[in-house]
Amino acid sequence: MGVEGIGARVVRKEDRRFITGQGRYVDDVKMVGMSYAHFIRSPHAHAKVKGIDSTEAMKMPGVIAVLTGQQIVDDKVGNLICGWAITSKDGSPMKMGAWPAMAPETVRFVGQAVAVVIAETKNQAKDAAEAVVVDYEELPAAADIKAAIKPGAPQLHPEAPGNIVYDWHLGDEAAVKDAFSKAANVVTLDLTNNRLVPNAMEPRAAVAHYDQAEEHYTLYTTSQNPHVARLVLSAFYNIAPEHKLRVIAPDVGGGFGSKIYIYPEEMVALWASKKVGRPVKWTGDRSEAFLTDAHGRDHVSKAEMALDKDNKILGLRVKTHANFGAYMSLFSSAVPTYLYATLLSGQYVIPAIYAEVIGVYTNTTPVDAYRGAGRPEASYLIERMMETAARQLKVDPAELRKANFITAFPYQTPVIMAYDIGDFHASIDAAMKAIDYAGFPARKAKAKADGKLRGIGLSCYIEACGIAPSKAVGSLGAGVGLWESAEIRVNPVGTIEVLTGSHSHGQGHETTFCQIIAERLGVPISQVSIVHGDTDKVQFGMGTYGSRSLAVGGTAIVKAMEKVEAKAKKIAAHALEASESDIVIENGEFKVTGTDKSIALPMVALAAYTAHNLPDGMEPGLKETAFYDPTNFTFPAGAYICELEVDPGTGKTSFVNFVAADDFGRLINPMIVEGQVHGGLAQGIGQALLEGAVYDNTGQLVTASFMDYTMPRADDLPSFQLSHTTTLCPGNPLGVKGCGEAGAIGASAAVINAITDAIGNNKLEMPATPDRVWHAIHG
Amino acid sequence: MSTVKLTVNGKAVSVDVEDRTLLVHLLRENLNLTGTHVGCDTSQCGACVVHVDGRAVKSCTMLAGQAAGSNVTTIEGLAKGDELHPMQAAFRDNHGLQCGYCTPGMIMSAVDIVHRHGGKLDEETVRHELEGNICRCTGYHNIVKAVLDAAGRMKVAQAAE
Amino acid sequence: MYETNYHRASSVADAAATFAKGAESKFLAGGQTLLPVMKQRLAAPSDVIDLSKVQEMIGIEVSGDTVTIKAATPHYDVAQSDAVKKAIPALANLASGIGDPAVRYRGTIGGSLANNDPAADYPAAVLALGAVVKTNKRSIAAEDFFKGLFSTALEDGEIITAVSFPVPAKAGYAKFPNPASRFALTGVFVAKTKSGDVRVAATGASQSGVMRVAPIEQALKANWAASALDSVTIPASGLLADIHGSADYRANLVKVMGQRAVTAAG
Repeated sequence: MGVEGIGARVVRKEDRRFITGQGRYVDDVKMVGMSYAHFIRSPHAHAKVKGIDSTEAMKMPGVIAVLTGQQIVDDKVGNLICGWAITSKDGSPMKMGAWPAMAPETVRFVGQAVAVVIAETKNQAKDAAEAVVVDYEELPAAADIKAAIKPGAPQLHPEAPGNIVYDWHLGDEAAVKDAFSKAANVVTLDLTNNRLVPNAMEPRAAVAHYDQAEEHYTLYTTSQNPHVARLVLSAFYNIAPEHKLRVIAPDVGGGFGSKIYIYPEEMVALWASKKVGRPVKWTGDRSEAFLTDAHGRDHVSKAEMALDKDNKILGLRVKTHANFGAYMSLFSSAVPTYLYATLLSGQYVIPAIYAEVIGVYTNTTPVDAYRGAGRPEASYLIERMMETAARQLKVDPAELRKANFITAFPYQTPVIMAYDIGDFHASIDAAMKAIDYAGFPARKAKAKADGKLRGIGLSCYIEACGIAPSKAVGSLGAGVGLWESAEIRVNPVGTIEVLTGSHSHGQGHETTFCQIIAERLGVPISQVSIVHGDTDKVQFGMGTYGSRSLAVGGTAIVKAMEKVEAKAKKIAAHALEASESDIVIENGEFKVTGTDKSIALPMVALAAYTAHNLPDGMEPGLKETAFYDPTNFTFPAGAYICELEVDPGTGKTSFVNFVAADDFGRLINPMIVEGQVHGGLAQGIGQALLEGAVYDNTGQLVTASFMDYTMPRADDLPSFQLSHTTTLCPGNPLGVKGCGEAGAIGASAAVINAITDAIGNNKLEMPATPDRVWHAIHG
Repeated sequence: MSTVKLTVNGKAVSVDVEDRTLLVHLLRENLNLTGTHVGCDTSQCGACVVHVDGRAVKSCTMLAGQAAGSNVTTIEGLAKGDELHPMQAAFRDNHGLQCGYCTPGMIMSAVDIVHRHGGKLDEETVRHELEGNICRCTGYHNIVKAVLDAAGRMKVAQAAE
Repeated sequence: MYETNYHRASSVADAAATFAKGAESKFLAGGQTLLPVMKQRLAAPSDVIDLSKVQEMIGIEVSGDTVTIKAATPHYDVAQSDAVKKAIPALANLASGIGDPAVRYRGTIGGSLANNDPAADYPAAVLALGAVVKTNKRSIAAEDFFKGLFSTALEDGEIITAVSFPVPAKAGYAKFPNPASRFALTGVFVAKTKSGDVRVAATGASQSGVMRVAPIEQALKANWAASALDSVTIPASGLLADIHGSADYRANLVKVMGQRAVTAAG
């Protein structure tokens, strides 16, 4: 490892612009002649739109246009799509209702746009929006799963009778039945996985510009995947052909999944920019984010586990209802199916698993992937089940887990996944040592003497990252491939540009990816630039989500580098009159092994571009592209242990310690990896203790601002104690697995297991607010 | 409309704005100082924190007119030329930021915290004092480390002056 | 926010005169409550009259057995005041826990009381200490000042200029913050006056805003000790209930925060 190579804690290259206020986010973009959009949104969860009267609004100062849902239909702009087709048990395709960018006839959630005002200033647009009269005929609403599936419930879409999108299953029902018939013990648990609002700190925004002379559109947008945005805007929404649409995702202030999707607002901004002949800017405020950013989670499940007399798991049966909200968002259908049920084996040998998942429409904001996406729900379920089983069987929860760990790899689970490698004993042992698990009973007794209830909780998670290979996901219904691309340009002076199809919105790609180059070539990272987020600059790529950027995108960079190096070695060998096989790369130089002959990278690059003396038949230039499609998912895994105290007087939880022992394979930049874990843990802890989107029974979002939706703050969280164990991923040359979601996947069960241990009551739902905990203690 | 005169990052400025204009919008829209961010509409998140007459306040909860005659320092005015403020350097060195969106407000609040507490800061105090700044990326772990680190650096810098 | 006319008042008299000229005037102190409400377009004052630079409304005076906090004094200055810390440490402590540091730099006692948010901290201190609210027209006893949620005895155009707190023998404040907003989910201020009377007020708990808590007062009169409240039961009827705290949970908090306030008071 060089000082800036793989494994080095290099400070981030991108930080300087952020700490000096020079970051460039979408709302920072200004264009000559720019106008401002403000959306008129439904105050009702379910209503017919009977008419929109903009007469008065059009007379207001600065108003340029008021555009409605009917106009967008008339202009043949396509409906929003869901990109993963799921097939129900009975073989029927999932049942989807149409989702227009602005509702021409029916609104189905509070906040759905019906019209947009374009004006000279943002305030003028807002002022005029109040003068637009929308005539609604209110309809009864189904605000949650229970209300939506009961007989006689209000129906959202005629295409989906009973509000059921699909009734899907996975696994072997008969084998599970057989397992339960042989069980010495059966453990059951009802669980709710609470609905969350992603709340990236930067609200979504779009700046759209139509260039009439070139018939060309430009869109600045808060996206995790600008190429996918362009593809969808072009191929499905008919905004413009791809070569006439440039999508730029500049600095993006966090995503966590919520900025994967192509939302109505950016479609409308593009469409409107042509209609009004002006650049159009829309910047969402936090209230709009709460109402319109795709939410996460929202499962209601029943789980049953069968164990034999030796406490070995025989089978697992799960039935889950998943809330999709009012419309099927871009990747929503895959989340509670292929990203959830496929992980229900956890870290354990479970010979038989059967999962049923029923997707449900409700009059709420659409739900889609949020950090972890399906895997936190699976991990929470299985880890609460393990804790519940241990208590019921009166065995130590760590011992029960260890007795059932998968220890031989590769391991084929009964739910599609083939785990390639792992060492679950190493993780749990590291975590137990870090927290002094053996010393816990003494600490608990001491806390009791001080009037505090102390608990300890474990969570041994596994996740699947880098969704792949494309052929396999295609066969499961995915509408896209899930490979990644990279282009390496070695410039004539030897500096290097890496063009990646992934997108950085906090993950530190501008540093980590440079380290890969530094490791291979021995050049300083200051000579390397990472280029991303602009469809005019970068070749097609799939973007960043699902902890995929390094395992898939980083491998694409390695593959492109291999091509660059191969060509550069040929040039070097030619120049040094040596055999290509004798050339080695060290410290930015191409050396003839065993001699003192060498040529520096800039000279090789220059030779490639002057082309005065290249090997016969070689093309000039030094630029290579690779598209990498993985052969399997990667499987990060680890063990989290949380120790906490509950104040019996108030039900308030205080952390004593939180330890995480993760196995992410090889770490390129441990400092950045730790940062990713910290952030993930905060979101997992947030789900467990603080966060929950709550609707009232009319479909109004009660938690629609930071005044009511509890965001984790600095004083809600502990400092974390992290460690790593390592099994290198055999599926990619870097040996990496991905680290972006782990904390959010594993943390929530550890927290709830610790609280239920502390209070001696297993009936506790997330978020475990002081009120809920106090009631769980006192009844 | 009113003319608001104030000093921003050491420079006297005079801006014509609607009376409803918030300080943050004057900074972002009229002065193009886009380092100060807006992350919420309920005065909770702290992405907009700037210093007004030496005190860290939420520029989204102050009318531009209220700042007339005041000295405002934004994130753009914190460094001395190419030399980062110790707090900025500590955020970078401790990986106290990820997406960077909350960072300007976080740094401006953190500088104020150190000014108020001097070298007497501990982890608990820092966490409590950061109550008004929300970060979604870092879990605060490295932000807390950065503030504590910077408190030490600022003490040294002060002693040297 | 709707367009408005901003005025910076130079004196109390100037503020009152400017207020009278506007069609729908509002006073603006620190703005930490009014501006968020205006941003949501839930208030549309034609004119806002800024009191924060009125010098006669800023400052803290301690004389004899009275602490007077002028109305436009920011929370931060109250929390930091050595005079307040010495005379009524519970009051400085309360001020140090309002909102967050940035809010404390701007928010003022006058603004807090005029708004009378049912989850604000200051009303608990004013009521428990039996403070007097002074305006540009009169003096109003705490008992008469608070009139339920967001409602006070203030007349249109009346300006709070100062609040006078009698220095108690002992006082303490304990707050359980709303996990999301950090306002008081329930806060309890306990005070033992120099004449031996006990007054206890709770904020955040009641549907009618800040309230005296008779069962706690009685128990503490008999025995000034946290343990004296062990057998006290606070009825849940009439208490607020929301996603952060049910009425019975808040009833429990009134008791538990009361105990912690007594402990803090010493």
